[in-house]
Amino acid sequence: MKRNGIFSKLFLVLVFAFLYAPILVLIAFSFNASQSSSVWGGFSLQWYVELFQDSYVLEALQTTLLVSLLSAAIATAAGTAAAIGFANMKRRARTVCMTVNNIPLTNADIITGVSMMLLFVLALGALNGLFGGLGLRLRLGFGTLLIAHITFNIPYVILSVMPKLRQLDPNIFEAAQDLGATGWYAFRKVILPEILPGVLNGALIAFTMSIDDFVISYFTAGSGANTLSMVVYSMVRRRISPEINALSTLMFVVVIALMVVINVRQSRQDRRIQAAIRAERRADPRP
Amino acid sequence: MKSRRLVWLSAPYVLWMALFVVAPLIVVAAYAFTVELADGSWQVTLQNFAGMAGYAGVFARSFLLAAIATVICILIGYPAAYLLARTPPGFRRIANMLIMLPMWMNFLLRTYSWMFLLERNGFINNILGSLGFFNLVNALNGALNGAFSLALPTDVAYFEFLGSQGAVVLGMVYNFLPFMILPIFSVIEKIDPRVIEAAQDLGANSRQVFRKVIFPLSLPGVLSGVTMVFIPSVSTFVISRLLGGGTNILLGDLIEMQFLGNAYNPHLGSAISLVMMVIVLVCMGIMNRFGEGEGEAVLL
Repeated sequence: MKRNGIFSKLFLVLVFAFLYAPILVLIAFSFNASQSSSVWGGFSLQWYVELFQDSYVLEALQTTLLVSLLSAAIATAAGTAAAIGFANMKRRARTVCMTVNNIPLTNADIITGVSMMLLFVLALGALNGLFGGLGLRLRLGFGTLLIAHITFNIPYVILSVMPKLRQLDPNIFEAAQDLGATGWYAFRKVILPEILPGVLNGALIAFTMSIDDFVISYFTAGSGANTLSMVVYSMVRRRISPEINALSTLMFVVVIALMVVINVRQSRQDRRIQAAIRAERRADPRP
Repeated sequence: MKSRRLVWLSAPYVLWMALFVVAPLIVVAAYAFTVELADGSWQVTLQNFAGMAGYAGVFARSFLLAAIATVICILIGYPAAYLLARTPPGFRRIANMLIMLPMWMNFLLRTYSWMFLLERNGFINNILGSLGFFNLVNALNGALNGAFSLALPTDVAYFEFLGSQGAVVLGMVYNFLPFMILPIFSVIEKIDPRVIEAAQDLGANSRQVFRKVIFPLSLPGVLSGVTMVFIPSVSTFVISRLLGGGTNILLGDLIEMQFLGNAYNPHLGSAISLVMMVIVLVCMGIMNRFGEGEGEAVLL
């Protein structure tokens, strides 16, 4: 194909400027000494200091980290088990399961959030009604938030583990068992090392999705729990403040760092696979 | 390792899906087709769907703004993806990262950044002011007033960007443009160069190559880009709330208001959600007919 001319290059530069300029301005102004959102008053870290003295923000940070870590860990274990189960299913059953698995990925976030909220409200109401005599007063909060996060995280883990399972030699599990390994031992020593990159990537993606989520958390956490995204939303609705810029910058840096780790891991794996293929070709030059 | 015993490993998740993926949708459907009577009992009815007629304006606005945003995304995203696919392979890797980076950014922050820029005392108004742009506008208005005895304002000190439908569309385009560029880019990048060479060998000029070879082959990317821009645009409530100033409410706002807002009516909210979901399903159906699940790859 032909190379791009000067106008094409200019167009690309403009598109990337459009994509990046707003966020760069936002980050720059998080270091602004003045309160203004337009006048530069010198470099300062005061908004970061204020942020870390804001107990509301710190509490939300704690909730976010806890729900992200817990949901990512649970989703990784459950998702890996489920993926192995799916891989061993008959074709039709697997198609049905994968279709249901993809529902949270394809549905608009607001619908996932709203539908889970309705279910939670109904179920909690029923539980409170049944056990109300025992003093049970369940409401939306951390528990429902965690369930929601696990639910939207598992599909990502499955989509990340599935390809690794497909690359697996179908006979090695049985071979290990024939050689006397128990099922769990064979899984740990034979299957897990092969699919581990997919499992770890799934865990990282799940963690990132959890940290990043706003809409589903907003509907399922009720007033019982606040995540960082929810804090950003409520702050933004009240006022524009450089404190939000500081918070945004920190969240941005964390998510970018995570995603870079995921991508570096992925490309390193790709390279390793390609190197292995090349080595195999060298060893056996016939096509 | 086809083993019937290992199928049981997925049993907990299958149960989980039934409880937290399928059951919630059934609950939504149950709410959508019922109303709560004064005595607290439920009655099966189609009233909620009939009641949606009153919100025809919101439906029309949501679809119109989302459609405009989608078209703008195609107009910017297609050329960008096409040009990026023609850059040298080394740069293409970086380009791929550069498109994906904004996708990972929290979309609240992306929307907030425009709120920050477009504010009355915000960055853009300040830049325009210090460039003397408002003086120019005022002088121009004054001259026009004098020449045609008009009453144009001559004390313009800022532009009121926030609160307009234009700002909402801008927010949508900004938020979802990478979701248009990336699928188109990855489809064009995968086009076999030999196909293009074959067309050239057979005498096609570069315009014909594009029209007859590249464009048809890139359509699946465009289609998955369209769903990935249109669906979140139609269902957003954050962008319209933050950039639309509360007056330009969209379907997402309407749903949110029925569940967490003042207009509390989960039955109506469910009906609206259900209609929106059907639209999404129809879109996905059309996508599946044309393209092959490119969206999934992009999600990861």
